Amino acid sequence: MAFIFDNYHTEGFFDEMFEVDGKVRPHYEYFKQQIENLPKGELLQRQHAAERTLMQMGITFNVYHNGEGTERIMPFDIVPRMIRADEWARLERGLKQRITALNLFLDDVYNDQKILKDGIVPRELVESCKGYLKPCEGINPPKGVWCHITGTDLIRGDDGTFMVLEDNLRCPSGVSYMLENREISKHSFPEIFERLRVQPVSNYPTQLLQMLQYISNNPSPTVVVLTPGRYNSAYFEHSYLAQQMGVELVENNDLVVHDGYVKMRTTKGFQIVDVIYRRIDDSFLDPNVFNPESLLGIPGIFEVYKKGRVALANAPGTGVADDKVIYAYVPRIIKYYLNEDPIIPNVQTYICGEDNDIQYVLENIDKLVVKEANEAGGYGMLIGPKSTKAQQRLFRMKIKQNPRNYIAQPTISLSRVPSMVENHFEGRHVDLRPYILYGENIEVIPGGLTRVALRKGSLVVNSSQGGGSKDTWVLY
Amino acid sequence: MLSRVANSIYWINRYIERAENYARFIDVNFHLMFDLPPEISEQWAPLVITMADDKLFKEYFDVPSRDNVLRFMTFDMRNPNSIISNLYNARENARTIRETLSKEMWEHINKSYLRVKEASHHQMDLLALQEFYKEIKMGSQLFFGIVDSTVTRGEGWHFGRAGRFLERADKISRFVDVKYFILLPDTNLVGSPLDILQWSSVLKSASAYNMFRQQYKEITPANIVEFLVLDKLFPRSVLHSLLYAESSLREISGTPSSMRYSNEAEKKLSRLRSEIEFTSVDEVFDKGLHEFIDTFQMKNNEVGEEIFNTFFAIKPI
Repeated sequence: MAFIFDNYHTEGFFDEMFEVDGKVRPHYEYFKQQIENLPKGELLQRQHAAERTLMQMGITFNVYHNGEGTERIMPFDIVPRMIRADEWARLERGLKQRITALNLFLDDVYNDQKILKDGIVPRELVESCKGYLKPCEGINPPKGVWCHITGTDLIRGDDGTFMVLEDNLRCPSGVSYMLENREISKHSFPEIFERLRVQPVSNYPTQLLQMLQYISNNPSPTVVVLTPGRYNSAYFEHSYLAQQMGVELVENNDLVVHDGYVKMRTTKGFQIVDVIYRRIDDSFLDPNVFNPESLLGIPGIFEVYKKGRVALANAPGTGVADDKVIYAYVPRIIKYYLNEDPIIPNVQTYICGEDNDIQYVLENIDKLVVKEANEAGGYGMLIGPKSTKAQQRLFRMKIKQNPRNYIAQPTISLSRVPSMVENHFEGRHVDLRPYILYGENIEVIPGGLTRVALRKGSLVVNSSQGGGSKDTWVLY
Repeated sequence: MLSRVANSIYWINRYIERAENYARFIDVNFHLMFDLPPEISEQWAPLVITMADDKLFKEYFDVPSRDNVLRFMTFDMRNPNSIISNLYNARENARTIRETLSKEMWEHINKSYLRVKEASHHQMDLLALQEFYKEIKMGSQLFFGIVDSTVTRGEGWHFGRAGRFLERADKISRFVDVKYFILLPDTNLVGSPLDILQWSSVLKSASAYNMFRQQYKEITPANIVEFLVLDKLFPRSVLHSLLYAESSLREISGTPSSMRYSNEAEKKLSRLRSEIEFTSVDEVFDKGLHEFIDTFQMKNNEVGEEIFNTFFAIKPI
């Protein structure tokens, strides 16, 4: 049977394709019509073809086991997530506003610290952040840019409002999947694609390279991508971006600090490197300054960076701005530096370090998601509705002991998009990670990585937890 | 070009050439096996001895039976020189420098390794085995074809070619040497039909039989050595391999052949090439074929070490 949406239900969630009464949203209308007109079995065939292509192209994650590499593709769902031009325009403005403010914040906390002196963000909070790096104090990165590449996670809640879930300013990944997903969806739906007109994302590697070149003082700089190596799960992406930009992909052993510059070992001797798009964490960058145990870094690189003889993207120290508790202050940060209200709101967040909020959190902990400032990847979290009384007691105690270390948010149902499940469509929850480049201008790539929780009812979109992805079509 | 990348390209090429030559080498014995008179038994030990893998072999196997030798040389990951190890290493190297390879190169290496890995799980009869080794040989030749038609003739391509031909020079010399270890039942049989049969197997396994036939009337050890070691034009001769490797090193450094040399690797390789070039087949036999080959292999290894020191092992100061 052909794929039709007759038995598709939104089940009370905000659906990207259908309104509550089951009427298709106007920007999805043409897509729906075309899908339903496809001959029997055709859509399933295209879905399978897409999966095969991903495997053949080796768009994979590394999973290492017993010394032998195996590779898994990130599951891909053929139904795109579409965003209207007017919605996107607003998101674009909002993201630019947010990144502008976060960059000002970073520059301020490592230099004048006005925002701390004015008491907008508590000083102890900033200085106790894992991402706050004391060695970065007094640094002025080239052209005043700290966060060159940002991946900000957006979600839509029950009423369809886009909200920021978190900012990723360190080494946000996934952009290679965004690019490859687009290639695949062009193959899967050439007719629809042609007719609908979708804003292109394929320029990303060029824009990335331009941005990286811009942050060097050298007019024709040598740019490299620094990877921890092939065992890193994002190795494919590192290699892909280097290849797409036509620059060297280097590992720490390829680089050395020599005569006050960072140089790479080539077959013709040492060659000066001007810009490093580094995909290794701050703490591993330089064992002389940060983690002395690190074998991934380049001893002495930080000193060269401080002298302005090499540009690092992102700048070390940006982690302070994507800390989970600092996140709660971002609306105030925007107000403070730009005197504007945030265009894209945060998810409603209770700051346990503030008297009114902590009271509410302690009383309603069973309804809230509590997050610890310095943890990631699902650690240090309490999901209220799914927790036991004992866990709640433990978290109440931890919050009271160190209130500044916790925030809490209501549990949110992410919006859904129809996805292929065997031979029919079901709604699956999604989020969205657009990518923002900050060089001479701030560029928001029209689209991003839509991650989808492929398991029924699941809200977890992480690829390690069985999440997949969809192409994101920003319409003209 | 990054030293690490150049090193990987060099080794990918060596590994693939090596895998091909292991398959060819096993072929020598397949050819022999079917032509042997009934009173003479198959010999598989010479293969591991000639490849200098015999010490390791003895650690894992009691007798050099056909099954044991084939398994050891083909599917045994414990043997760093087995076909599967070579393809695994080629693939791992390719993975780390995937961004510098052509898409077709990577996909071919990937596919070749997965094919051998898959085959390692099956029992194969003689027919299937022969087909399998043929496939390995073809796979390697296809790889070099892909390289030649998809890769810019820059430094990387030349490092690859240098690796491939140095490896070939070494392995072809071992092909010639295998005759030293394959025993004739009686020294009186030197020059006998059985002796010639064995020499022909060597030629056939090196894909050299037809070209040899066009050039020589008689299959004699001297003619074969002249063809497989000293011939300038045959692509599987030692001298030809050295000439190609040398020209690639000169392309890399930009040193014209009219100049003596500009780095140690070039010096060692050019010296070795000229030694071979100015050796006559009589001199080879005067010295003793096996001794000659032994000395050559040692010097060829030194060239490899010098390439490493000159281009890949650049040290921090």
